[in-house]
Amino acid sequence: MNAFFVMVHRDLLLVMRRKSEVLTALFFFVIVTSLFPLGIGADTALLRKIAPGVIWVSALLATLLGLQRLFASDYLDGTLEQLALSPRSFVVLVLGKITAHWLVCGLPLLILAPMIGLQFDLDNASLETLLLTLLLGTPVLSLIGSIGAALTLGLRGGGALMSLLVLPLYIPVLIFGAGAVYAKSVGLDVAGHFSLLGALLILALAFAPWVSAAALRIAIE
Amino acid sequence: MWNSVSEFLAMGGYALYVWSSFGLCAIAFCIEVLIVRSQRKTTLRRLRQALLADQYPQESRQ
Amino acid sequence: MNDLTNTSWLNWFRLASPSTFYPVAGRLIPFFWILSIAFGLAGLWVSFFVAPVDAVQGQGYRIIFVHVPASWMSMFLYIVMAAWAGVGLVFNTRLSAMMAQAIAPIGAVMAFLSLWTGAFWGKPMWGAWWVWDARLTSELILFFLYLGFIALQASIDQVRRADKAGAILALVGVVNVPIIYFSVKWWNTLHQGASVSMTKSPSMAHTMLWGMLLMALCFWMYAIAMTLMRVRVIILERESHADWVQNLKEVKG
Repeated sequence: MNAFFVMVHRDLLLVMRRKSEVLTALFFFVIVTSLFPLGIGADTALLRKIAPGVIWVSALLATLLGLQRLFASDYLDGTLEQLALSPRSFVVLVLGKITAHWLVCGLPLLILAPMIGLQFDLDNASLETLLLTLLLGTPVLSLIGSIGAALTLGLRGGGALMSLLVLPLYIPVLIFGAGAVYAKSVGLDVAGHFSLLGALLILALAFAPWVSAAALRIAIE
Repeated sequence: MWNSVSEFLAMGGYALYVWSSFGLCAIAFCIEVLIVRSQRKTTLRRLRQALLADQYPQESRQ
Repeated sequence: MNDLTNTSWLNWFRLASPSTFYPVAGRLIPFFWILSIAFGLAGLWVSFFVAPVDAVQGQGYRIIFVHVPASWMSMFLYIVMAAWAGVGLVFNTRLSAMMAQAIAPIGAVMAFLSLWTGAFWGKPMWGAWWVWDARLTSELILFFLYLGFIALQASIDQVRRADKAGAILALVGVVNVPIIYFSVKWWNTLHQGASVSMTKSPSMAHTMLWGMLLMALCFWMYAIAMTLMRVRVIILERESHADWVQNLKEVKG
């Protein structure tokens, strides 16, 4: 357990020294959400309708941007090999890295999302639902995304390839997350959406670190 | 079932869609076969050339 | 190696060696082509001359005789591909990974055909070239999964890493396919209410089912024949350094 916290602490320290990488992904999120009204038109009723989907898709894309950093720098300087060889459980260390990624990438999205939601004129109940779905969903994005990052480690064209691999796997999270916000906005019950999001989170927590660790070992050897 | 050849080809007005579908499948399968055959030819040619190159080592030294 | 041939079931493990499998596959290929053509002729006969006109969709419904087999095969082949990849990962056998690599393009073609014939069916029936119903949308995502697998293997230069990475991706995909399908179904009912379904027909005449089944068998035999052809090319490429390859009739000339 100690190894987990040490890993999280180390990754956060490293990120703090390179804040620009993190901020770029967040600014990307803001810019992309602004593109949709510019492309579609500023009709408030329409914006309210597309807001859940737009915000969720932008969150997906912003997470993908951040994922490229997840293992790359450690791989390049050899730290990843040392981590794999260490007596600590590699799976726990990988989970630590994923957690640090979420703290740095997913959590800020939670802070920005309400502001974007207001830009799209979402009502308070929908905003609350948006926050809760992102709270449950962004960890899943980090977890599943880590598998893609591990598989494409060190490959040229890695970013685009990783997106191609990971985006189909993101679709259930997108459907339930954005669907919950939309359902809330038209007054439908969202308990089902949340229980499914919760189930996805539990599944992802149980399997993704283990699969990512296996994929990392394959990439390193 | 069909009263004439032309009725069969017309497919009750859906000729474009029905024949395009069946035709696309047939074409896709033919193209796939041709591609794999050409891949096999290329690989065999490459292997043959490598074999020949091994048999005449002196030439590479000249 | 030769002592293991006494027990008949152990013979199967000999087939795990590319050098043994290559000639066996070569002998099997014509057999599966013949089966495919036979099922195809029977299926086309039923599709066009036995199955009756549909009351609602007229003659246009006959597209299901290629659309449904292509869909079934695209899903079936993904599972088979993932199974071979998984076997290759667990037992570290090269040939299993080569089989997965051979199946991928064929499955992708099936998914593509399913989407295309789906569009040709949708246009006259529902007026649009694309309908966002659960099955077509899931098929599109399956197509992306195939493309991802092929792209990943193409991007990795070290062959064994490509095999294992692809295997992980295929296994993750196969677990996700039911989740994706369920979520898309959910999405479909949420946003479209009474959704338009491509295959929801009140009752299907027995002859229609027979037609689909025969065409599906045709596509299946075709897929096996193509897989064997593709895997033979892959074996030649990957085992090119081996003596047995250099001693082959087709290489020696």
